[in-house]
Amino acid sequence: MSVVTNTTTIGAIEAPSRRNTELMLLAFAVVIPVFAYINVGLALDGKLPAGVLGYGLGLGLLAGVAHLAVRKFAKYSDPLLLPLATLLNGLGLVMIWRLDQSPRLIQRAENLFGSFSPDAPKQLMYSAIGIALFVAVLILLKDHRILQRYTYISMAVALVLLILPMFFPAVNGAKIWISLGPFTIQPGEFAKIIIAIFFSGYLMVKRDALALASRRFMGLYLPRGRDLGPILMVWAMSILILVFETDLGTSLLFFGLFVIMLYVATERTSWIVFGLLMSAVGAVGVASFEPHVQQRVEFWLNPFAEKTWEQSEQIGQALMSFGSGGTLGTGLGQGDSDLIGFAANSDFILSTFGEELGLAGMMAFLLVYGLIVERGVRTALAARDPFGKLLAVGLSGAFAIQVFVVAGGVMGLIPLTGMTMPFVAYGGSSVIANWALIGILIRISDTARRPAPAPAPSPDAEMTQVVRP
Amino acid sequence: MNKPLRRIAIFCGLLVLALLVRINWLQYAEAEDLNTNSKNRRITIERYASERGNIIVDGKPITGSVETNDTDFKYKRTYVNGPMWAPVTGYASQAFDANQIEKLEDGILTGNSDQLFFDRTMAMFTGDTKKGGNVVTTLNGAAQKAAFEGLGSKKGAVAAIDPQTGKILALASTPSYDPASFAGYRDADAKAWNALEKDKDKPKLNRALREVYPPGSTFKVLTAAAALEYGAVDDIDAATDTPEPYTLPDTRTKLPNSHPGCKNASLNEALRVSCNTVFAKLGDTVGRDKMVEMAQKFGFNNAEIDTPVRAAASVYDKNMDKPGNALSSIGQFNTATTPLQMAMVTAAIANDGKLMKPYMIDQLEAPNLDVISKTEPQEMSRPVSQKNAQLLQQMMENVVDSGTGEKAQIDGVKVGGKTGTAQHGENNSKNPYAWFISYAKTADGSPVAVAVVVEDSEARRDDISGGGLAAPIAKKVMQAVLDSKK
Repeated sequence: MSVVTNTTTIGAIEAPSRRNTELMLLAFAVVIPVFAYINVGLALDGKLPAGVLGYGLGLGLLAGVAHLAVRKFAKYSDPLLLPLATLLNGLGLVMIWRLDQSPRLIQRAENLFGSFSPDAPKQLMYSAIGIALFVAVLILLKDHRILQRYTYISMAVALVLLILPMFFPAVNGAKIWISLGPFTIQPGEFAKIIIAIFFSGYLMVKRDALALASRRFMGLYLPRGRDLGPILMVWAMSILILVFETDLGTSLLFFGLFVIMLYVATERTSWIVFGLLMSAVGAVGVASFEPHVQQRVEFWLNPFAEKTWEQSEQIGQALMSFGSGGTLGTGLGQGDSDLIGFAANSDFILSTFGEELGLAGMMAFLLVYGLIVERGVRTALAARDPFGKLLAVGLSGAFAIQVFVVAGGVMGLIPLTGMTMPFVAYGGSSVIANWALIGILIRISDTARRPAPAPAPSPDAEMTQVVRP
Repeated sequence: MNKPLRRIAIFCGLLVLALLVRINWLQYAEAEDLNTNSKNRRITIERYASERGNIIVDGKPITGSVETNDTDFKYKRTYVNGPMWAPVTGYASQAFDANQIEKLEDGILTGNSDQLFFDRTMAMFTGDTKKGGNVVTTLNGAAQKAAFEGLGSKKGAVAAIDPQTGKILALASTPSYDPASFAGYRDADAKAWNALEKDKDKPKLNRALREVYPPGSTFKVLTAAAALEYGAVDDIDAATDTPEPYTLPDTRTKLPNSHPGCKNASLNEALRVSCNTVFAKLGDTVGRDKMVEMAQKFGFNNAEIDTPVRAAASVYDKNMDKPGNALSSIGQFNTATTPLQMAMVTAAIANDGKLMKPYMIDQLEAPNLDVISKTEPQEMSRPVSQKNAQLLQQMMENVVDSGTGEKAQIDGVKVGGKTGTAQHGENNSKNPYAWFISYAKTADGSPVAVAVVVEDSEARRDDISGGGLAAPIAKKVMQAVLDSKK
């Protein structure tokens, strides 16, 4: 091999691309949901569901396209991210389909809206769009560093996205939607990616200024105002979201993202203190006069109180759903998680997993999310450029916080906030945005793991090697 | 930047760990609590998910299930002759939970009981649909019918026991309700339920088990038992040194009789014509503590008489003063008893002094009719000796033969009984309760003891009302049991 003769110190031994590993894992990620689908069909109707072939082929096709795109455009990327996301998306589809079959939910929809339309086909379409976006990211984004150029544009776009819902009517108490004709979009889901891009670009440039050019005040390093400006603006933004859009989840997500990225960029623990302090001030300040937030806390503390029950029995129902699942679960299709009623297949879909797959299934499920985050942080560790590092940790941190906030809310660990579980919950914006997120992470990991290009042969080395008699 | 990155990785790990710990807590440690939470609709859904087992009387079900096309509840409970059997079955409603046997034996009736684990597992393999098991009661349909129809439109209750085993044979309460009227959860069910809740006659109250009444003169049987057991009287035909009227101890209150001829009357005679003076004095002679002891041997002051439906505790005050005790000895003051308790007193005397624990579930059956468990008769206590019990029988039979209880006579059968009219309300202003306790006896011992109480507003204020109103009902119930033995 020619590389062996290379005398430079950079080891350019061809790194394995792991694409075949990914393909094998993908096969599992497709087969498991297909079996789950069959399982639900057998449990509900005692026969194979009619759509099993179409569903299996559809999911297989989507996974195949995504895999080919990765093979072609991100050859060295992390082999776990795509299969994990596919598995979650596939299982989510099965669960949404399962809840579509619930007579209780069908009747509920008919009583409320006069008709019932299944959500699973729509979710399948959103998943397809999501994977298309994923492929588009891989094709169009040749190098993630291009995103650096759009730092301030990102900020502007993020602000617009976050402010827009204020001008649309509230849906179920939260103004987090914008509607364009027949489509409704939850801009918060996209905003988390765009804000991560803005933070990465901004912090990469300003990190030294933020970390070093600061005055010591009461043991804390306080940055200069001009460095802090844009960050304070985002902080204020998230407070405003909380106040005007009563969207607890999104503001929590941005607070977390803000603190994590500042800490990574500046490497200063004092920033965590500073960030947490700002978050706390914001949260307490808002909570003290915002009845919506107070109500959520009240529901969380006393899910079974008579008063809570009158207003919303969802949390209590979700908890009982988990309880009913117990250790091994009732089996797919055999639970009563549809008692949750409203949002059973979106915000509360985790309860259905909990009830029908039990503690064992939930642990596996949470670990899959944990693995995605872990691969994301690993990508950040491996990335060679600070922008890539920041972006990767920002995206995976946002992902982790979102999972924690949603799952913690549904399980009664923290007050319920109303975001969606990435990939499994019903909702177009969520699925599409998270596929884009995975696309960007795969792009970064590809750059990070790509072997350094073989250096040009050194003429000096050539000279000394040739000894002529 | 790698050091903070690793810390962030640890932080994310902690987030996932927190979720894992929480889900373990929720699904493992707390699962049981959540599953039994009263707000958990799954309990009700499960209760009606499959055909519920039946409550059986005389080999025939008195309950049933109909299939509905509801999304939550596949089956709905139905009742055969609901108002008559309501004090036995209780109700099982999709909206208003369940009570009595329907609730206590829910596990068997739904088929979810651990005792049915084997059957469930077998059904899983054979592919049979899940079905509930049956509860076979000890009740006697004819006796129940006699009791319910005897009470008719009057307000009251009947409890009948087989003295030799403690089997409950009849348990009637009027006015009653039809549990089928609110078995579902629709508007009509809520309406029926609310109407029953508001009804001032309290039709949902199980008067035979759950209501306490002043026992009036029927309590004199118990005082007589105490007098014999504790030696206050040796010869039931010997004159007692009793003045008329009798002045309550430590007071100047004079206690009269409603009949003449009680002065120095013998115990036998005093019971026959129901002398207040003789029994008040005897109660005082025996003393409060001994009276309490005797009452408790018969089951008073026991809050845990489970048939398995729990009966309210009957009261004989442990701390009252002497005049209180004297009045209590004739069933007044704050003495209060359930009809079941008075049936137990009668049954113990009819069974030669042996009190059997009353019960109404004979056996539990699996869906395939295999017997899962059978209740064995159990002795509860021996309040009086056999000899004294027979003396008491002799006196009670006198009451029916030639005393206040003549209306309970049955041709060819020995019947013992005691009437009572319990005054209540302040200064006895309210209309009295008419009581009658009795037993029938054949050559094989006594097959039935009955207590009847009628809260009758028209009753005349003397002992005849117990004999007049309640005794005929008791007679019909005894007759029904005797007929069914043939």
